[in-house]
Amino acid sequence: MSLDSLSAPIAPSSSASRTIALAGNPNCGKTTLFNALTGLRQRVGNYAGVTVEKKEGKLQVGETDVNVVDIPGIYSLSARSLDEQVARNVLLGTQADASRPDFIVSIVDASNLERNLYLTTQLMELGRPVLVALNMMDVAAQNGIDIDAAALGEALGVPVLPIVASREVGLEPLKRRLVEPLPPLPKRHWKLAPSLEDEIKKLADFLTEHQLIEPLAAEGEAIRLLLNDMEAAPVQIELPPELENRIIQARERLEAADIDWWAVEAEARYGWIKHICAHAVVTAEGFKHTTSDKIDRVVTHRILGPLFFAFILILVFESISRFAQYPMDLIGGFFDYAGDWVRGLVPPGDMQGLLADGVIPGVGGVITFLPQILILSFFISLLEDSGYMARAAFIMDRIMRRVGLNGKSFIPLLSSFACAIPGIMATRTIENPKDRLVTILIAPLMSCSARLPVYLLMIHTFFPSGKRIGIFSTQTVVLFSMYVLGIVAAIGMGWLFKKTLLRGHSPPLIMELPPYRFPAWRNVFSTMLTRAGQFLQRAGTVILAISMVLWFLAAYPKNIQLSRNYATERQQMETRFQAGQLTEAEKEQQLAELKVAEASERSRKSYLGTMGHTLEPAIRPLGFNWKIGIGLISAFAAREVIISTMAIVYSVGDDEANENTQSLQKALQNDRYPDGRPVYTPLVAVALMVFFVLALQCMSTFAIVRRETNSWRWPFFMLGYMTALAYVTTLIVYQGGRMLGF
Amino acid sequence: MSETTPTNTVLKITLDTLKIGQEARVDRVRGGRANAQRLQEMGLIAGTTIRILKFAPLGDPIEIFLRGYHLTLRREEAAFIEVTPL
Repeated sequence: MSLDSLSAPIAPSSSASRTIALAGNPNCGKTTLFNALTGLRQRVGNYAGVTVEKKEGKLQVGETDVNVVDIPGIYSLSARSLDEQVARNVLLGTQADASRPDFIVSIVDASNLERNLYLTTQLMELGRPVLVALNMMDVAAQNGIDIDAAALGEALGVPVLPIVASREVGLEPLKRRLVEPLPPLPKRHWKLAPSLEDEIKKLADFLTEHQLIEPLAAEGEAIRLLLNDMEAAPVQIELPPELENRIIQARERLEAADIDWWAVEAEARYGWIKHICAHAVVTAEGFKHTTSDKIDRVVTHRILGPLFFAFILILVFESISRFAQYPMDLIGGFFDYAGDWVRGLVPPGDMQGLLADGVIPGVGGVITFLPQILILSFFISLLEDSGYMARAAFIMDRIMRRVGLNGKSFIPLLSSFACAIPGIMATRTIENPKDRLVTILIAPLMSCSARLPVYLLMIHTFFPSGKRIGIFSTQTVVLFSMYVLGIVAAIGMGWLFKKTLLRGHSPPLIMELPPYRFPAWRNVFSTMLTRAGQFLQRAGTVILAISMVLWFLAAYPKNIQLSRNYATERQQMETRFQAGQLTEAEKEQQLAELKVAEASERSRKSYLGTMGHTLEPAIRPLGFNWKIGIGLISAFAAREVIISTMAIVYSVGDDEANENTQSLQKALQNDRYPDGRPVYTPLVAVALMVFFVLALQCMSTFAIVRRETNSWRWPFFMLGYMTALAYVTTLIVYQGGRMLGF
Repeated sequence: MSETTPTNTVLKITLDTLKIGQEARVDRVRGGRANAQRLQEMGLIAGTTIRILKFAPLGDPIEIFLRGYHLTLRREEAAFIEVTPL
């Protein structure tokens, strides 16, 4: 195969479909372009066996269906991180569950041309035609960078199309190009020292001969294998022993000739890039203060920066506790109505009970919290999209370092405030395996959105809304404290793990601070909808199943030995009323009391009640009764389930119960021990929240940790340490609080 | 020592010793291979002009400007980057 025709042109096809891949650096506008091209016709999932996000979408250009694969944002294809490895596999067609793209669209940030082109030079070595989408031409122009796209294309040897993805400028010509034939790839322009070129040629020939890679991509693969030091890679790829030997021998030969093989690739690529840019780019040389720098003067300022950071966190949490209430009441009301409607429709019996007391309040109780999840994921994607997240890492790095981690761990941990699952998935950007593991282990200590319903229920029920501490309401302060507790616990445990189990050097922090951008609302809302969708999927499946099981456990066994004959007593009351011994009002009141007594006894003697009672001695020192015990048992499946469980526990057998949050609040406030003491005091509420801050009550997190660490050892370790931490801390809080007289 | 082996002890200026606003040209990136390669991929290669922009609120990491973009790295890594102030 001659190097001059590295790829055959693709013939135009009128009604066929083709697959293209979008590849680019982080912050190059790739997501914006992907959304602009595919609209809502996209699917988000994972590549098999790994947790690298797989995003695919479709668009139609004329008669042709174009399948768009969004590759994770990467700076290089050297495959040092998991993202880079998966990207490389997908582009080469060696990823099992992805079809090989027909060609690659390399998205390049025109305002950051040189570094973005680095990846492009690597993409041009994979044996597939490359088209460069030169994005953010407007920003480049503002920064005084004038790019001649045609000249750039000429110099690179691949077509270059200028676009502004955020304003959908230049998308039509781009779409047309997606279905047109592309010119063959040029041969590699940049060259290394002859001895290096020699070794690359030998290795490429070996790869081709043994059919380890297709001929068109052999040279690129040889460059990667020979010139990249992979010792620090998180996942070591097993190479055939002979190939491994050849690489080692080639390196030895180069070292003997005094060549630093590991230092040449970047210099050669950037050398070529410099050459290309000299032809096509006119830049106002040197550093200019942009708007972004002006913003940074405040946002990463020595004193104002941390204050701004704290302000952002408070703003987010205050917004959640303020704006979520109205839509929550609305959703709650809807499910009350649905419950009543089903009761009117289905005759009394197990079916009615299962639907009206199990499924509807169970699922409803969880969906009620959708508004909060939407608000939180709105803020988090806003912070990500605007470029602030990297500044947060910049500010926090020094502190994270004390724990033995770097600022990069801060982003997965911050994302874990929405949900530990995407947070744990985001740890794959951390190259050092030990640091990644520590970050995974402490991520679930961040208060995720599933805890929020529990916090809010406790806070709204046991802390009056009118009270203030300083300018903030007591409710906000308590809520904020729970988040702070999670953070403190995470820092402490992270420090401990780094000192003991997972000792090791801190990895370097090498991170881009992207310019601030006005967030693309489309990206923000698409992220919000994805998160909400994932949450609802859980509510719809896992939580539906759990609600049904829990209803059964709470409603059965039916034929239990009751201490009183309630039916006879009811009849006696009726008789006494008719005999004139009771007034109508007295009868109603006594009947209601009887009903509560019966419901309470039945739930005490149900399967679930038995389980709660069994657990009670262990949780009594924490201030919890058997009903909370039931809640804790069910919450080990998913935290938010405790609310639907409590709704069921407090209302099973009561036909007129409405399971919305307000009636649950009343039930909690009115619950009494046999001696008349309230079961719940503000201290018990705090103890329960503290337990929820620290305990691993989420099957999904358990499952994702199993998958991310590829072992059962770490998820079980996590479950063990978090349960112990939660128990001990709650014990200290409750007993300490009592000693202090709360 | 310095009198006997002068060639080995030529004091190289490293990036971490520069002041805010100072510009410099990168001469060499030392340190572990993998770390050096990461820095090189991000554009920190010999001949690149960099400018020190800022230190984080707690004094570390450092924010630098190169090739038209902003990069942050710690003093620890910056100490491996030999530079010539401009």
